[in-house]
Amino acid sequence: MITKRIIPCLDVKDGRVVKGVNFQGLSDVSSPVELGRYYSENGADELVFYDITASAEGRALFTDILTEVARTIFIPLTVGGGINTIDDFDRVLKCGADKVSVNSGAIRNPGLISEAAKKYGDQCVVLSVDAKREDGRFCVYAKGGRENTGMDAIEWIKKGISLGAGEIVLNSIDTDGVKKGFDLEMLKAVCDISPVPVIASGGAGCIEDFITLFKEIPEVDAGLAASIFHFGDVAIPDLKKALAEAGINVR
Amino acid sequence: MLAIVDYGVGNLFSLKSSLAAIGVEALVTGNPEEIRKADRIILPGVGALGDAAEKLRAGGLDKVVKDEAAKGKPLLGICLGMQLLFDEGEEYGKHRCLGLIPGKVVSMKPVIPEGYKVPHIGWNRLIFPEDRPKSPLFKYVSEGDCVYFVHSYYASECGPYVIADTEYGARLTAAAAKGNVYGCQFHPEKSGKVGLSILKAFCELKPGEEAGI
Repeated sequence: MITKRIIPCLDVKDGRVVKGVNFQGLSDVSSPVELGRYYSENGADELVFYDITASAEGRALFTDILTEVARTIFIPLTVGGGINTIDDFDRVLKCGADKVSVNSGAIRNPGLISEAAKKYGDQCVVLSVDAKREDGRFCVYAKGGRENTGMDAIEWIKKGISLGAGEIVLNSIDTDGVKKGFDLEMLKAVCDISPVPVIASGGAGCIEDFITLFKEIPEVDAGLAASIFHFGDVAIPDLKKALAEAGINVR
Repeated sequence: MLAIVDYGVGNLFSLKSSLAAIGVEALVTGNPEEIRKADRIILPGVGALGDAAEKLRAGGLDKVVKDEAAKGKPLLGICLGMQLLFDEGEEYGKHRCLGLIPGKVVSMKPVIPEGYKVPHIGWNRLIFPEDRPKSPLFKYVSEGDCVYFVHSYYASECGPYVIADTEYGARLTAAAAKGNVYGCQFHPEKSGKVGLSILKAFCELKPGEEAGI
């Protein structure tokens, strides 16, 4: 049977990893290349690089760093952040990305999903959705969670999949950063309608949260987190061991 | 020198980097002469089968690959490149492939149970057939080791040539071989240390060495 994936996410700005990183044994903790290699060699099943750079110069730097990361890791690499056009897909895929994650760019232009899926295959297009509870439903937020689009998250995800998105990353704004566990209710609602893999994001604070996630919602394919891995709160090999002991199939 | 066949599909960069990591110099090329000069060949591929088969034929590279395989040169198809090795495939219509390994490529949807997601994406375990010796491609790999898959179609009717399966609600062909021709449905270049060891084993095959099948 297919194993559950554990995915660290690195936010990269102007070529450096942002958010505190606190690792022992790494010479340069804010180097995406060093961190990428560290995770690749220590049990991560996949890596996500998220480009939060605003400037064009920063983007060029990100491209250089991405190429270097892709050269040194031998696990799948997803890149997101600022993907608005097919040219953006092209740019990061040429650097060695395997999948490309779209969010605000797809909200502005849903045709981006179908165009990219047609050109690179469904498996290449990851639809990342930031959602928040609002009057008893889940609303889609754009621009890094700053802008309520008014769109219903479940409907948007259905539409994204019909356009060709091959994977969904669901980030719950309600649980993000709280470290009290994943948003099981929201994830269940999405898994119920998704024929494609769903990656849970937002809220993981400890190993137990991942065990709960996979036990409560067996349909979830992967758990993604950032700071708890970077800070060393959770070491991926320990997490994998605990998951295996809890009867969850992991690599 | 190893040639990675460049026919306009797939992430060749990762493959070249993975080979570099195990100390193997590879040339990414669509030039028939360079491919003919190589001592082993990798046929990569990501995307749709029909499109890929067409592109390979358009450049005349289908013939080059077949000729070189016939000379006993080790050939490894990866993912879509593996699917191209079979007789034919159905993905948005029927497509003739290289015919180097008997079998055909079909959708996994009819054979996997309801509720299993397609594409089959993620790390899954290798299962070796019990009735034949372990393939030299897996000499550094143990049964149950995980490799990374991303696919919606799989090779069927190739039973005698299967060298590894994986379990996804049904047995799906993970790798097949006939003589010096090998195919992996998974991506060794994305499968961490296990994947690198598979590439290493491929690079250690001697030209003309048979897979024992």
